[in-house]
Amino acid sequence: MNIHEYQAKQLLQRHGVAVPEGEVCETAEAAREAAARLFGSGQTLVVVKSQIHAGGRGKGTFKSGFQGGVKLCRSVEDVHEKAGKMLGQVLVTKQTGPEGRLVRKVLVAGAPDIRKELYLAVLLDRAVGRPVVMASTEGGVDIEEVAAKTPEKIVKVVVDPALGFQPWQGRKIAAALGLRGELMSQAGKLLKGVYDTWVQSDASMVEINPLCIVDGPEGKPRLVAVDAKIGLDDNALYRHAEIQAMRDLGEEAPLEIEASRHSLNYIKLDGNIACLVNGAGLAMATMDIIQHFGGSPANFLDVGGGATREQVSAAFGIILSDPHVRGILVNIFGGIMDCNVIAQGIVEAARETKLALPLVVRLEGNNVEMGRRTLAESGLTIISGDSMSDAARKVVKAVAA
Amino acid sequence: MAILVTEKTKVLVQGITGGFGARHTQLSLAYGTQVVAGVTPGKGGQAFTHEGYSVPVFDTVGEAVAATGATASAVFVPPAFAADAILEGADAGLDLVVCITEGIPVVDMIRVKRGLGGSKTRLIGPNCPGVVTPGTGDKSQGGCRIGIAPGYIHKKGHIGVVSRSGTLTYEAVWQLTCRGVGQSTCVGIGGDPVNGTSHLDVIQMFMADPETHGIIMIGEIGGSAEEEAAEWVKVNGTKPVAGFIAGATAPPGRRMGHAGAIISGGKGTAEAKIAAFEAAGIKVAATPSDMADTLLSMM
Repeated sequence: MNIHEYQAKQLLQRHGVAVPEGEVCETAEAAREAAARLFGSGQTLVVVKSQIHAGGRGKGTFKSGFQGGVKLCRSVEDVHEKAGKMLGQVLVTKQTGPEGRLVRKVLVAGAPDIRKELYLAVLLDRAVGRPVVMASTEGGVDIEEVAAKTPEKIVKVVVDPALGFQPWQGRKIAAALGLRGELMSQAGKLLKGVYDTWVQSDASMVEINPLCIVDGPEGKPRLVAVDAKIGLDDNALYRHAEIQAMRDLGEEAPLEIEASRHSLNYIKLDGNIACLVNGAGLAMATMDIIQHFGGSPANFLDVGGGATREQVSAAFGIILSDPHVRGILVNIFGGIMDCNVIAQGIVEAARETKLALPLVVRLEGNNVEMGRRTLAESGLTIISGDSMSDAARKVVKAVAA
Repeated sequence: MAILVTEKTKVLVQGITGGFGARHTQLSLAYGTQVVAGVTPGKGGQAFTHEGYSVPVFDTVGEAVAATGATASAVFVPPAFAADAILEGADAGLDLVVCITEGIPVVDMIRVKRGLGGSKTRLIGPNCPGVVTPGTGDKSQGGCRIGIAPGYIHKKGHIGVVSRSGTLTYEAVWQLTCRGVGQSTCVGIGGDPVNGTSHLDVIQMFMADPETHGIIMIGEIGGSAEEEAAEWVKVNGTKPVAGFIAGATAPPGRRMGHAGAIISGGKGTAEAKIAAFEAAGIKVAATPSDMADTLLSMM
């Protein structure tokens, strides 16, 4: 699960990480009031940031023509105007795809005077099965580019999960970032706070880009998380009620929400051949084989190991809600689940939805003869595939016809 | 010899009284697997019965091991309690713990992996179909089945299969069996980003096993475990290896069902894995329908 920037900052703040003072607003009027408070407390510059689950906001364009999902403002009126141009509008960035995302909330926050931008992230190092803290002096830019062009500018420290983040690791990273003097101890506390946020929130990733050295009180330098992104481990949400409450269904594709209600794993793609498969690996492989034979998959859909008739029926409903779909490939290896139950589910769903699109079914496994008979005797036009490649060829051909 | 388990391996089931654990214990018993004990805290002293079999249930893994001599375990415990169940199995001195459970938090698995360091226990999984060493009976009965794979699709023989995906493993095994070619052992290592046993670990075991003459290695997008295994095969491989990588059409940044199947930061793409396989002399099946034929063409 992903959360908004303002929510990520809330989680970080709980672990002692400093973030710019700010408020999340749903109307331009609320933004005006928040701005008045910020300017009133001595801020000279305030930033209005569109809250969507996608990066590249600053360089994005609204469908209204308004440029930029992040704007710096010098007055209350300016904040009011910019917030008004973002809220209720669709923002297109390099990560949203051409359809863009509707901006429902903006973060109105103080924009401190930045001396230097750094990069900091905590994520899983899969190769060693441990968390790794990654930092770089190159903040505010795309870290993948830094990793590709100047990997020596990235410092990585793997953390022993039994020990947690150690003070020496904080000093090691601080030194690599050139954070010396009084910034060194600040960095140690901040790094531990970010690491603890990762572990205690069950995050898959915490990214602070940029982490900024700003002018603090009395001209002293201060470390502040100016932007923040947190991804969370879905498997651990059960133990974080307050994080579950941060879920924003408005940011998720409606069909994917509907699928998750039926314990189906569905991801919409751009093609026109829908597939319905049991098992994640087989589902990916089915998409691949459709493409191999010249077709284009419309979705990933894993009905799981123990699919029921109800799930098959719900899966058909979801697949058919995608207007681009021109054909369906069902690929089931029913090792233990009864193929006939699946076949009955397919027939039922095809009848209920008055299916008019070509349907190719490849069934293999337990009780497969009965399953194939159920399909053949259904009176429906169902094309049978003997193997994955046979089925994929047939559906590609049927859709092209 | 096969790897990891033989038809003589004594198996216990953690979570034997749950619906999922019970169902698959019945199937393993019917397959001929030596299921000697079950563990469900609070139900010690009961018996799990199925068609003439009676399996004693214990409160702790330690008690089950002491009473029955079990050396391997299948974990069917719900996600919130599975990490603890794995560590209990390690403490009891099991050689092998196979964790079927899907949905264990990553942070829990990071701790488990750390906790298993230095212990003799090998973990397979989690989120995996388990391990099958086929037997010599009808439809490979009499073998050792730990987990949820369909037993009947197997046939005793000399091909090792290792995969992150359950149904793709079945697909490969069934293709082999339909061509009259049997398997030494089939291992599902699971689809999670942190697991106990890697492709490389299993490949090394297959290479060292005299009964295994060829290997099918099935991978998918995410991580770099396939590349790591390929690198080793390139230098140390002594047997033909065929491969398949699922997810060439998967969009970056999206988790494709398995928690570990995600391309992030441009890493873990199918292209990179296929290139690593080819560079190591691993013949890559053009489609998942060709996995068995690709290997057989090398033998």
